[in-house]
Amino acid sequence: MGLSFDLLINAVIAGILLGGFYAAVTLGVSISFGILDIVNIAHPAFIILGSYIAYIVNTRLGIDPIVISIVMLPAFYFLGAGVYQVYYESFERRGQEALRGLSFFFGLLFVTEVMLILVFGVDYRYVEAWYIGPSWRLGVMDFPLRMLVPCVAALALFAALELFLSYTFVGRAISAVAQDQLALRLMGASPIRIKRIAFGISIATTAVAGALLIIIQPVEPSVGREYIGRVFAICVLGGLGSLPGTVIAAMLLGILESFTATFYGPSWAPAVAFGVLLLTLAFRPAGLLGR
Amino acid sequence: MRTRVFLLISIAVAALVFLGARMVNNDYVFFAGYTVLQFIVLATAWNILGGYTGYVNFGSAAFFALGAYATVFWHKFYPLPIPFLIVIGGAVSGIVGLGMGYLTLRLRGAFFAIATLALAVVLQTLVVNWDYVGGSRGAYIIRPNEIPLIGPYVQYLFLIQPNEIALIGPYVQYLVLPYVQYLFLLMLALAVIALTIARGIERSQLGYGFATIRDDELAAEASGVPTLRLKLVATTISGALMGMAGAPFPYYIGYLQPSSAFGLEYAVNSIAMPMIGGTTSWVGPLIGAVLLGSLQQIATVTISSAVNLLIVGLLLVAFVIIAPNGIIGLVQGWTRGRAK
Amino acid sequence: MAGPLLEVTGLSKRFGGFVALDGIDLTVAEGERVGLIGPNGSGKSTLVNCICGTLVNETGTVRFDGKAVDGLLTHERTRRGMARSFQLPRPFATLTVADNLRVPLLYTVNARLGRALSPAALDARCAELLQLVALSDKAAQLPRDLTQVEMRKLELARAMAAEPKLLIADESMAGLSQSEVDDIVALLIRLNERGITIVLIEHIMRAVMKFSQRLIVLVSGKKIADGRPEAVIRDPEVERAYLGQ
Repeated sequence: MGLSFDLLINAVIAGILLGGFYAAVTLGVSISFGILDIVNIAHPAFIILGSYIAYIVNTRLGIDPIVISIVMLPAFYFLGAGVYQVYYESFERRGQEALRGLSFFFGLLFVTEVMLILVFGVDYRYVEAWYIGPSWRLGVMDFPLRMLVPCVAALALFAALELFLSYTFVGRAISAVAQDQLALRLMGASPIRIKRIAFGISIATTAVAGALLIIIQPVEPSVGREYIGRVFAICVLGGLGSLPGTVIAAMLLGILESFTATFYGPSWAPAVAFGVLLLTLAFRPAGLLGR
Repeated sequence: MRTRVFLLISIAVAALVFLGARMVNNDYVFFAGYTVLQFIVLATAWNILGGYTGYVNFGSAAFFALGAYATVFWHKFYPLPIPFLIVIGGAVSGIVGLGMGYLTLRLRGAFFAIATLALAVVLQTLVVNWDYVGGSRGAYIIRPNEIPLIGPYVQYLFLIQPNEIALIGPYVQYLVLPYVQYLFLLMLALAVIALTIARGIERSQLGYGFATIRDDELAAEASGVPTLRLKLVATTISGALMGMAGAPFPYYIGYLQPSSAFGLEYAVNSIAMPMIGGTTSWVGPLIGAVLLGSLQQIATVTISSAVNLLIVGLLLVAFVIIAPNGIIGLVQGWTRGRAK
Repeated sequence: MAGPLLEVTGLSKRFGGFVALDGIDLTVAEGERVGLIGPNGSGKSTLVNCICGTLVNETGTVRFDGKAVDGLLTHERTRRGMARSFQLPRPFATLTVADNLRVPLLYTVNARLGRALSPAALDARCAELLQLVALSDKAAQLPRDLTQVEMRKLELARAMAAEPKLLIADESMAGLSQSEVDDIVALLIRLNERGITIVLIEHIMRAVMKFSQRLIVLVSGKKIADGRPEAVIRDPEVERAYLGQ
């Protein structure tokens, strides 16, 4: 009895910590897909790119992966802004985002993955940091730092984004982009510029998410695929474009997956996210917190 | 009427292709040819949904793998001749396509695309955890070296008596096909079927209906087009053809693993080929599949399989940006330019 | 004795907390030309969408040609004889002008007849419709090559191709010049003379007054006036709604 209670409470803790990390992975998609309506299915590919950059710098210079990711933010921001510019010129402006825009991102996802395979092979890569390994114990409760640190970093990222979107001019303009393009023009902001900034921010978050990913687990190029479903499941479940909704949905999915892994075995875990996604799409497309 | 003529012509072309390949008489031609033909079927199937109605399916690999795993299941449960397995694979994938359509029917296009991706992973997880068909370890399918065309089941079909077999005995060497040629022939037939269906749809009322869904669903409904039902028709046909393409695959590959059957390269190729060839007509996927398929066969031998996948990905990205209507669009633009 | 062609009773529609339509009652008799006006956001387009089945109303019923059509999908209503044009033209962009008209013929007229029209009959009907809206020489072009007014005409022709009993024309004249507006009004009156009942939703008062035999006014989701056009526009409540803006 006592044993199964331990198992239960630790499954919940593991789920919450995992969920926090999932939030970091999804926040960018909540901006690009939820707010800008750009279906960037290549998002996980950028995350893996972030993981590999953290891996290279960490093994060469021994710098902390999270610090690396923060230094990399501007680079990823400009990468994102550049991708948006191509997307806008080639698809959005011509009204072809549905078929060709989607295929574009799909191609991007695939090209990134294959390039990483060509350069690094399919071996698993990992990083070194002081918090990988030790655990905090509180009674029967177990907090592996390898999970706790990413979770805290993810929540910090969420707080920063939420403050940015609510309290800065550009942030509010980004929120307005989805609802009212006219109001945006009256504010004197070009919707294209605002969308470019927003997409840049969305990709910038992948630098952090990538570093957190490689802290949590060893990474190889095709790991990103598992996250496509998770990311969109969380984004839809959380109600498109709502950052707090995203965090709550991420925690829920984390707990669900942790339970599945604990009680049914880890090989079933990938199906959980997709199952949740399919069911949400079929029965509650507005998301958990939606109308 | 004209569909029938088209069918006859393509059967003739297929016969020529087969005879040509027999003349070269090199096993590699059949091995490589099988893969190219398989991509013709997949690309055409993808295009019936993606190109005609505008709904992007990222889960082609899943429909393909379902067909393949249906074969693995029957191989262990009760071995059947491959033509039957093709029908079964088509039925299984067609039904899943229909179910997929029902689940996502009322969603915007992007959600449909994401849901197909999700479906692929759910199905893969199911297969990985299903020990009967080999689980994550995979399953071996031992195929014979050759197949007598007057095999037991043909004998059964045409009610040939054993004593009659003795009569045709001297000619039997002409009636025995190396197995790979047999598979090639089957896939050739599937390609003919897929192309005929695609072309038939294009010129029918159904084709108009699909085009209106791609252009504007609201206006389509207002014009009397039952968009929901047509979308189900498209997901079913498309899924079924993909399943049919997958059904002979275990016999071709000999050893089927979830990661090879559900490989992302099937999803990427079945999107890239129509996109590169052109999505508005049946010719596009055919051109795309022949070009990209052959290119990959050559690149796999001469460079490496990772590089050829990179080429496919880069071509896909380049084409959607530079030539939105694919090679067909380029040719049309070119002839129109010359006409002026 | 024949009832009205279209009968809407107690129709309400809300979006979240916002009440877009609040208990609308209206009837349209067979052969009538009715104008529907109201300030921006008064719920005109929402009403059209509820009547045609694009949106689902929470309460109330829509009866068409003597039968309730609630719960029917848009294409089923179109097949019963209800056609509409859209506020912003929504042509099928990858089909030629002639093929745009072919779609309702294939999917609505064929369904109603219970048999397929012959290719020759299809071509003849397309040609006739194109002539009706003076687009014959554009038959093989794509919609993107059309001018604004031609696009509006295509929109009306496509609605007409379904051979409707009732045509709901949603702002078919916005953004057109005066002579173009006259052109469209004349076209609509011509269609009405062929026996088609028409509901016109419009902002351009000159066109509405010229066209309508009866005028219905919608303000904030409520019907505030319904009657002869000259009388309705002098109604103090209508004047207030328009001047109050």
